[in-house]
Amino acid sequence: MSTVIEMQGLRKEFTVRVRAGRLRRAKRTVAAVDGVDLAVPRGELLGYIGPNGAGKSTTLKMLTGILTPTAGTVRVCGLVPVPQRTRLARRIGVVFGQRSLLWWDLPLRDSFDLLRHIYRVPAAGHAARLRRCRSLLELDGLLDTPVRQLSLGQRMRGEITAALLHGPEVLFLDEPTIGLDVVSKQAVRGFLAELGAAGETTVVLTTHDLNDIEKLCRRLVVIDNGRVVHDGSLAQLHQRYGSTRQVVVDLDEPPAEPVTVPGARLVSTGSDGRRLTYALAGAEAGELVARLAGAGALRDLTVLEPAIEDVVTRLYTDR
Amino acid sequence: MGLVTATAARDTSSNPFAQIRGYGALVRSGFRRYATYRQATVAGAATNTVFGFLRCYVMLAVAAGAGGVAAGYRGDQLATYVWFGQGLLAVVLLWGWSDLADRIRTGEVATDLLRPIHPVALYLATDLGRAGYATLFRLLPPVLVGLLVFDFYLPGRPGTWPLFALATLLAVVICFACRFLVNATAYWLLDIRGVTVAWALGSSVLGGLYFPLRFLPAPVAAALYLGTPFPSIIQIPLDVLVERDPAPVQVGLVGVQAVWAAVLLGACQVVQRRAERRLVIQGG
Ligand SMILES: Nc1ncnc2c1ncn2[C@@H]1O[C@H](COP(=O)(O)OP(=O)(O)O)[C@@H](O)[C@H]1O
Ligand SMILES: [Mg+2]
Repeated sequence: MSTVIEMQGLRKEFTVRVRAGRLRRAKRTVAAVDGVDLAVPRGELLGYIGPNGAGKSTTLKMLTGILTPTAGTVRVCGLVPVPQRTRLARRIGVVFGQRSLLWWDLPLRDSFDLLRHIYRVPAAGHAARLRRCRSLLELDGLLDTPVRQLSLGQRMRGEITAALLHGPEVLFLDEPTIGLDVVSKQAVRGFLAELGAAGETTVVLTTHDLNDIEKLCRRLVVIDNGRVVHDGSLAQLHQRYGSTRQVVVDLDEPPAEPVTVPGARLVSTGSDGRRLTYALAGAEAGELVARLAGAGALRDLTVLEPAIEDVVTRLYTDR
Repeated sequence: MGLVTATAARDTSSNPFAQIRGYGALVRSGFRRYATYRQATVAGAATNTVFGFLRCYVMLAVAAGAGGVAAGYRGDQLATYVWFGQGLLAVVLLWGWSDLADRIRTGEVATDLLRPIHPVALYLATDLGRAGYATLFRLLPPVLVGLLVFDFYLPGRPGTWPLFALATLLAVVICFACRFLVNATAYWLLDIRGVTVAWALGSSVLGGLYFPLRFLPAPVAAALYLGTPFPSIIQIPLDVLVERDPAPVQVGLVGVQAVWAAVLLGACQVVQRRAERRLVIQGG
C-alpha cells in the first residue's frame, strides 16, 4: 500500500517570552512537536491523540502547509506542504473544531456551491458527494440557514461536508467533536466510521477524547509533549499500560453474595451496596454485566473509558 | 459507489475559463453575503440621504456666495457631486471594514491559506461583489432622492457614463487595497486603532468627500492627486461624472487611478507574502 503521509524527525519550536524578574523578559524555546516519525498508508483512519497542549494541532498545521517545520521533513500526497500549499489544498480537506472554513453569512447551500467553483471540481462529482453527505449527516433541514445561525453541532456537520466536496485524498480533522452535544458527536463518529470503511480517503483525526477513536481507528498514535509515546491499537495501549475501563452498575438490591468475574476487580461500593464500580482488567464488560444481571435487577449501567490524560500519565510513570 | 471518490488525476486548475468562473462565484457570494444584512442596508442608505441634504445645502450656499461657480463647479454640478458622493462612499466602503483585522486577531486568517486560491484575490473578488450590491442598494437610493429635490447636472458627453463606471470600479479596487493594507497592519501591531483613524481621516478629507479638492490651490491639489491614492477614491470618479474638466483630462484622471490601483494591489501582494511568511513560521 502506498504511503500518503510521511513525517521524519518532524519538529516545531516556538519562541515564547517569559517574565524573568520584574522588568526583564527572557526568550525561551519550547518544542511543541519534538521529533515525530510517522508514515500513514492510503485509506487508513488514524487517531492522533494526546492531552491538551501535546502538539496535535501543531502537527496538523505542518501537514496542511500553514506552518513551517523547524526541522525534519514532511510529505503529504507526495507534496511538501508549505512551498506547495496551494496545490496541496486541492487534494486535502481540513476541519478545525475551533475554526470555521465556511462563510459566516452565507447559507450552507451557497457555501457548498461556492466551494465547487473555488476548487473547480466537475459538477457531477460534487453533487454526488453532497448527496451522500446530506443523507449521512442529516443536512437537509439546514441547507438554507446562514452558518452564523447554526448550532455548533450543525455547523460541524456542515464543515465536514465542506471539507469533502472536492473529493480530497486526505481528510484532516482537528478535534471535530470538541464542545458538541451527544447527538452531533454520534453523527460525526458514525459518519467517520463509514468514511473509514469505504477506505478511499485517508483520515487523520486528532482528539483528546478517547471515545472518538475507540470504535473508529484501528491505529492510534499517542503523543505527549510533542513526542510519540505509543503507536498501535487501543487494546495494545491499554494492555501495555494497564489502564482500565470501569463499569458502574446500579442494582435494585445489593447482591446477596459478591459477584466476581476473573479480570474484573471491585473498586468501590456505594448507595448502601446498590452501586458497584468494577475496574476491567482483561474481562469483557458484557460478561461482567451478564453476571450482575443474574445477581439482581439491573437499574442502570455506565461504562467509563479511561481518560486519555490518565493513559498518558501512566505512560510516563511507567517509564 | 464509494463515499468519497478521490480525484487525484483531475486537474482543471490551469483552465482559464474555470478560473474566471471561480472568481465569478466569489463575486456573487460577496453580493449575497451583504444582501443578508437588509436592516443595515436600509439604515445606511437613510443616513447617507440625510447627510446628503445637509452637505448639498452647504455646497449650494458656497456656490451662491461665490457668484454661481465655485472652484469651477456650477450649482447643479455640486448637487450631482454631493449626491453621487453620498452613494459612492458606500460603494467603495470608505469606513467600517475590519474583516481581515478581526481574522488576524483571532487567528482565523490561517484558514484563508487552506483555500486553493490567492488570499488577496479571494478578498478582492468578494469585495467586488459587495460593491455591486452597494451600487444597487446604497448608491441608487440617495441619488434618486437627490434627483427629486435638487437640480442635477447630467453628463453631456457620450463617453462620460462608461468612463464613470470604469472610474468607480477602479475606485473600489483602490479603496479595497487601502483597507486591506490598513487591516494587514494587525499582523504586526497589537492595536490598529491609530492606523484606522488616520485612514478614516485621510480618505474622507483628502479624498474629496467633505469638499471637492479643487477648492484647494492647484499645486496642493495636484500633489494630492499624484502623491496619494485618496483623491482616486471619491474625487476622481465624481469629477469624471460632472465633467469638471475637458475630455482628455477626464481620461487622464482615470489613468492616474489605474496606476494607483496597480501600485496598491502590488503592495497588498507584497504585504500578504510577508505576512504569510510570518504566519507559517510563527504560527497563527
Ligand atoms: N503560535 C504559538 N506560539 C507559541 N507557542 C505555541 C504556539 N502554538 C502552539 N504553541 C504551544 O505548543 C504546544 C502544543 O500546542 P498544540 O499543538 O496546539 O497542542 P494540542 O493541539 O495538542 O492541544 C502548547 O504548549 C502550545 O502552548
Ligand atoms: Mg489542538
